[in-house]
Amino acid sequence: MPAETASVTGWGRTAPSVARLIRPRTYEEAVAAVRTCGARGGIPRGLGRAYGDAAQNAGGAVFDMTGLDRVHAIDADGGTVLCGAGVSLHRLMEVLLPLGWFVPVTPGTRYVTVGGAIGADIHGKNHHGSGSFSRHVLAMELLTADGTVHSVRPGTDLFDATAGGMGLTGVILTATLQLQPVQTSLMSVDTERATDLDDLMARLTTGDDHYRYSVAWIDLLARGAATGRAVLTRGDHAPVDALPAGSRARRDPLAFRPGRLPAAPRHLPGGLLTRRSVGAFNELWYRRAPRLRRGELQTITAFFHPLDGVPHWNRIYGRGGFVQYQFVVGYGQEDALRRIVDRIAARRCPSFLAVLKRFGDADPGWLSFPRPGWTLAMDVPAALPGLGPFLDELDEQVAAAGGRVYLAKDSRLRPELLAGMYPRLEDFRALRAELDPRGVFVSDLARRLSL
Amino acid sequence: MKDAFGLPQSLLVLGGTSEIALATARRLIARRTRTVWLAGRPSPALDEAVQDLRAHGADVRTVAFDALDPETHEEALGKVFAEGDIDLVLLAFGILGDQAHDERDPSAAVRVARTNYIGAVSAGLVAARALQTQGHGSLVVLSSVAGERARRANFIYGSSKAGLDAFAQGLGDALQGTGVHVMVVRPGFVRTRMTAGLPEAPLATTPEAVATAIELGLRRRSETVWVPGVLRVVMSALRHVPRGVFRRLPV
Repeated sequence: MPAETASVTGWGRTAPSVARLIRPRTYEEAVAAVRTCGARGGIPRGLGRAYGDAAQNAGGAVFDMTGLDRVHAIDADGGTVLCGAGVSLHRLMEVLLPLGWFVPVTPGTRYVTVGGAIGADIHGKNHHGSGSFSRHVLAMELLTADGTVHSVRPGTDLFDATAGGMGLTGVILTATLQLQPVQTSLMSVDTERATDLDDLMARLTTGDDHYRYSVAWIDLLARGAATGRAVLTRGDHAPVDALPAGSRARRDPLAFRPGRLPAAPRHLPGGLLTRRSVGAFNELWYRRAPRLRRGELQTITAFFHPLDGVPHWNRIYGRGGFVQYQFVVGYGQEDALRRIVDRIAARRCPSFLAVLKRFGDADPGWLSFPRPGWTLAMDVPAALPGLGPFLDELDEQVAAAGGRVYLAKDSRLRPELLAGMYPRLEDFRALRAELDPRGVFVSDLARRLSL
Repeated sequence: MKDAFGLPQSLLVLGGTSEIALATARRLIARRTRTVWLAGRPSPALDEAVQDLRAHGADVRTVAFDALDPETHEEALGKVFAEGDIDLVLLAFGILGDQAHDERDPSAAVRVARTNYIGAVSAGLVAARALQTQGHGSLVVLSSVAGERARRANFIYGSSKAGLDAFAQGLGDALQGTGVHVMVVRPGFVRTRMTAGLPEAPLATTPEAVATAIELGLRRRSETVWVPGVLRVVMSALRHVPRGVFRRLPV
């Protein structure tokens, strides 16, 4: 099977490390790869959209799982699909939308694999009602350290350790997913503006139940009375009768034809995203949003994955890369959220991809990130002076409020804080010690945080 | 592992009593470093360094290491790497010698060269191979502006640092694509025990300033760091001054 030595980073392009990239194309090759990966172990990797070091393994093996890209079976009546772990959500949408089905959960990009979606237990704009990705997994096949393949079903310890387990319990080979029925490939979207953080939280709290999908883009550079001003976009899959009669969309309501712009150039200088440029962008983005607009039809790409239109958009941060910071604090901790947003606004972090969302009920994954509460995600250029200590300070506030940060985005958390954020961490370690006593599955993230 | 800002969790100091190295270690312990190995000759000064860093909150261990005894480097450093990954190796040993005395005593001059250059070649290669095996890590080499152009006043020390500097640059190029990052640090006159009693040169700096520059260099994955930064320009100019003029400069 193909193997090469390569420098590997996450989507944030920080902390590169060198590993042997191995691309198994069959189960047998995957088993062979795990059995022969050597003293420094291996870790499965999908499309590399985790921001930090979750899918890196310095000096060892990285299993590029995108070779297991077969959609094996679709139940078009019951709405389930059985597919290889390396199948992307993009591919699933291409295959499933014409049949009237949609993936149960999609994050801000379609370019993640099913295996990665389970490993990070990803969430989307529908978390408040639909939970995280693993809630919709009916079964999966997991290749463990001893080279055997287990059929894993929800409700078992192995399932709960694997959902959100960052690939450290084994290599997911296939998964069966429960799908979401849709009538069209368009979204019906309501947009509104919130003038400050309190207004935003009030609107999200009162309105979210009426929408399947809900998220708010938040301007973290706005200060003073405008701190936390935001644009809410909420909606659902459009029914056929919402499409204009006689239109092209009405004739072919399930068409899925996402366009892509040229990729971002390879060698952009750092320092393009400054307080000034991002501040101007944020101002414009806020002003151009309507105060209130209902029932606008948007494509799936525009609503869920606007950044997927520009391949390699992460290059705009230049060589220094960027850090994503996402945390959640529970309901009742609104004061902590306000304090943190105030701190970020006062610190003037140039963040243009900041998002606030309400989470619904948690799923049972031991290291699964979502729990009921408020989640804020933001991106910051890694070269920003003093960023490390500043994020450490935010960690302290998040931890003190009983919250946690998201491992799929982390590249810098202080390891001492982890056990407080993830109470099932000891169970996770114990299960790994039993399932994988030689430590075959290991990643840079696992080394850094002693997972 | 290093984090997104290049901050190490484990540190190996070669030359465990170097003031610059200890200032760097203190700074890194305040960030992410939890494990520190101090490699050096057993001495009260080394014990003192251990106590100091422990007081700052690190798990500090020592390993007997003598730059003048290259045959033992493989074993001494092998022991450290066998205990776990090392994210940052700080090659900090070096002696200044006494120029006037050493000019009359070639064996003393050779000792400077053997420590600063030959010892570093050996330890640098051993550390580089271990880092390469683990697929990540930084090797930070403390060079000196004295190696940039030999001066009448300290050319024995300067020539040893010139050799070290050229070696470290080449090593950095050789390790491209292996995941190992080599950073050459060129401080100017640093106020330490080693330079106590010497007339202070212009743009003199402190161990803490060097530590700050190292932290910044790690974040930027720099290959060369000057401390203070303006020395890069100054030395670039001095390098091109004609010999006859350079000889008479009060530097």
